[in-house]
Amino acid sequence: MNWLREVARRLRMLMHRRQFDTDLEEEMQLHLELRQQERLESGMTADSARAAARRGFGNVTSLKEKSHTAWGWEWFEQLVQDMRYGLRMLRKSPGFTAVAVLTLALGIGANTSLFSVVNGVLLNPLPYPHPDEVVTMAGWFPGYGESSISYPDFLDWVRLNHTFSSLAAYRRDTFNLTGQGDAEQVAAMDVSASFFPLLSVNPVLGRNFSSAEDQLGGPPAVILSGGFWKTKFGSSPDIIGKALNLDGTDYTVVGVIPENFYFCCSSTGFRLSDVYVPIGASKDLPVRDRRMISTWAVGRMKQGMALAQARADMDDVARSLGVAYPDTDKDTGIVITPLQQVMVRDIRPFLLVLLAAVGFVLLIACVNVANLLLARSTGRNREFAIRAALGASQGRVMRQLLTESVLLAMAGGALGLLLASWGTRAALAALPSALPRANDVRLDPRVLLFTLVISLAAGVLFGLAPALKTSHPDLHETLKEGGRGSSGARYRAQNIFVIVEMALAVVLLIGAGLTIRTLVGLWSVSPGFDPHNVLSFRVGFPPSIGNADASTTRASLRQFTEKISSVPGVSAVSLTTGAKPLDRESGLIFWREGQPKPPNEVSMPYALWYRVGPDYLKVMKIPLLRGRFLTAQDDANSPGVCVIDEDFAQKFFGNEDPIGKRLNFTLVYNQPLQIVGVVGHVKQYGLDETANSPIQAQFYMSPLQLPDDQLKTWAVSVAGYVIRTQGSPGAFASAVRDALREFNSKAVLYAPETMDHIIGRSLASRRFAMILLAVFAALALLLASIGIYGVISYIAGQRAHEIGIRMALGAQRSHVLKIVLGQGARLALLGLVIGLAAAAGLTRLMITILYGVSPTDPLTFSAVAIVLTLVALVACYIPARRAVRVDPLVALRYD
Amino acid sequence: MARGDNLHRDEIPPGTLYLLILKTLARSGEMHGYEIANSIQRISVDVLQVEEGSLYPALQRMLIKGWVTAKWGTTAGNRRARYYQLTAVGRRQLVVETSQFERVIGAITRVIEAV
Repeated sequence: MNWLREVARRLRMLMHRRQFDTDLEEEMQLHLELRQQERLESGMTADSARAAARRGFGNVTSLKEKSHTAWGWEWFEQLVQDMRYGLRMLRKSPGFTAVAVLTLALGIGANTSLFSVVNGVLLNPLPYPHPDEVVTMAGWFPGYGESSISYPDFLDWVRLNHTFSSLAAYRRDTFNLTGQGDAEQVAAMDVSASFFPLLSVNPVLGRNFSSAEDQLGGPPAVILSGGFWKTKFGSSPDIIGKALNLDGTDYTVVGVIPENFYFCCSSTGFRLSDVYVPIGASKDLPVRDRRMISTWAVGRMKQGMALAQARADMDDVARSLGVAYPDTDKDTGIVITPLQQVMVRDIRPFLLVLLAAVGFVLLIACVNVANLLLARSTGRNREFAIRAALGASQGRVMRQLLTESVLLAMAGGALGLLLASWGTRAALAALPSALPRANDVRLDPRVLLFTLVISLAAGVLFGLAPALKTSHPDLHETLKEGGRGSSGARYRAQNIFVIVEMALAVVLLIGAGLTIRTLVGLWSVSPGFDPHNVLSFRVGFPPSIGNADASTTRASLRQFTEKISSVPGVSAVSLTTGAKPLDRESGLIFWREGQPKPPNEVSMPYALWYRVGPDYLKVMKIPLLRGRFLTAQDDANSPGVCVIDEDFAQKFFGNEDPIGKRLNFTLVYNQPLQIVGVVGHVKQYGLDETANSPIQAQFYMSPLQLPDDQLKTWAVSVAGYVIRTQGSPGAFASAVRDALREFNSKAVLYAPETMDHIIGRSLASRRFAMILLAVFAALALLLASIGIYGVISYIAGQRAHEIGIRMALGAQRSHVLKIVLGQGARLALLGLVIGLAAAAGLTRLMITILYGVSPTDPLTFSAVAIVLTLVALVACYIPARRAVRVDPLVALRYD
Repeated sequence: MARGDNLHRDEIPPGTLYLLILKTLARSGEMHGYEIANSIQRISVDVLQVEEGSLYPALQRMLIKGWVTAKWGTTAGNRRARYYQLTAVGRRQLVVETSQFERVIGAITRVIEAV
């Protein structure tokens, strides 16, 4: 504690240091006078008494200084002095200050902005207590990879594990909400009672689910999301205990969770749920059947448990399940991943590349300001020479210069912070779906610290070159010559600046060029269908349709399709209830008839399962390669048929003709389905789908041919449509909605989206990265060309005298122009070559975010080389031309 | 060439100044700088003579360490003067400095006697 008091005492002295000095003065004065008095009394003369007193006392000034510095504040006092002087110098040249501060603000602002994103998305822990204990748990199936799991398996995980304090299952679901104005579809999540407690989410109103509610036959209960509660019920507090009619059943509202609750993982996408219901109470087939994998899980490890322990534990669980249920669980695994890692898995490489890019921008900004400072310090050489001649130490002069540059950087940092807080918000608002955890992006203390540190670092970095240079002044020469030199070596620093700027700009432009090429390339990749003029939407059928007998249900499904077809401008309609490109995944295991049945379901291959109407190919414009597609005649009364895609045919039939062969889908169909046609492959997982994507084989069948007992599960409850329109598809949503409502007032159209938009959304992260990289590259280009222009102008200005002599001696303008231009061009070209070499090495780090373009793409490299050469030539030409326009007489007279 | 005045006064060994000031204040309670200087001279019978002014930087260091406190008061001659007083920490420090001093002196004495 004593040191704390000591610090307090020292600080008190700092606050009152004027008072301190006068006190000390008075004290010493008293001492001297009393001593003098004493000497006088012993008989000395006044003069010798004073002299004796002083002699005995010692050097008053030096003693005062010693007393003062004993408190250890001289560094601070010098700093204040340097800062005052620095501010005065900066105020004296407002133009220079403004340019330097603005340049730095751009560089620091861009860095702060991007760091706040990286900080929010990658670095900040999730907003749950002990977030490192929370993991996602997925199944792993041979021949498929990571996947959702079945709810019965989940219950076994809960029973058998030893390393988790809590597990929770969740699953995306939808309900028809009736009795609250117009019927509507709500996005729901079926969750375990442990879901919210595991994530430490406390209801703002009411309570969490009880374990009784999370069981078959439990009382139907629902928890509302904060947003839904606000928009639907005006945040009314007496909602608790009210009934909500979902799919024809009354659910009691038991709680409301905070509006900002946000949970996004793998299959659930970014769409927020409106309501939450207990998964354990669900009677849905996909929840109850061990063969249906549609559930995901999160877990909280016991305190102090390591990830490896949890993994080993769950490996044991998976093994024992494999023994107990060989048909569904043999050789399956359990994949455990920290939640945070899952949430940012896709965006991480983009952010890291962007962070590197933005660092380059700051470097260029620093070089520019260093160049400005250097030009200025050359002008100030006399000042420093005089100070040195008067006895200022080199260290002291350097410190003075560094103080000035840090002051500049701090001003730039402050302005940059403003730019960043505005720019980040604008960027996030413009690209809402590009980032997970966008809510967590803000200017928190860590971001502020980052800005402070990079500002300081930048200040030292760009201040160092001029400071070092002035710390070795040739006093004699400088004072004699008046600061005007003619030797070329003088410009070595400036020459390096041009080269460095050029090289940095090259690397950035190439990086941006490659991402642009990637995106342009992706846009021209065919997804396997024609997304233009296609509208996709989902439909919530009234519960009466699903609950009717199967033939009535089939008739209703047909009638809905007809109703939608009757809307003017709609040229083709298809029901889609299974997998949907870039949107929904649905898979089914199968085996070929005539080949031995695999020993268990786990070892059967998967295929993507599209349940569509006969006009699907017309809507999506997918090419029919062989045989025929599904027709209206393929219904409950005709033999079951299916159509496969070319990848399916290639992988499972090779050179055989698949037409007429039959496939077993025993999970759903008792009878095998006959293959009647082969169609083109569709890129289910997005334009950047590669051969590594989970399932490649695809097959199509008619929902009307589903067995009676499966019809509701696989057609009615997950129904959607795609329609091809004449003219802009977005405009059709309301016409179709009206037609549906007219037909059946309880049918709801929701989530309408054009196919073009769905594809655009799938590229959002790439677009985000491309736009930012392009912005940074443009910034780099601008700064670098200003920098090169500045250096060449400066050098040309300094050589005005020499140019004047040359011209007076009869040199041609064009010749002198060539000399000045050549000097700049040589440097720029050298920078270009270095930049190209560096880029060839660095772009390899971008490989994860590139698609369809080599990291050393010759087109990008040569285009950037040409553009930058032109820019550099223009930046050199302008000052060069001005230099030769100078009247030789003026140049010579000016001295 | 040193001034004649200083020749017949021995300079005090470095570090002992603190000890002297602490000891003086411990004996006499409150004192201002001039009084401390006089007191040290008196005790040491004018043999150990500080360059009087060096008292003040030393006092500053002692203030920082918290060994003494200072407050303004009035002298007998009705002049404003800063009075220094020992603190509890200072009292403890006096013990430390004394034993240290004695240890050093003891060692030196033994060395001298051993020759």
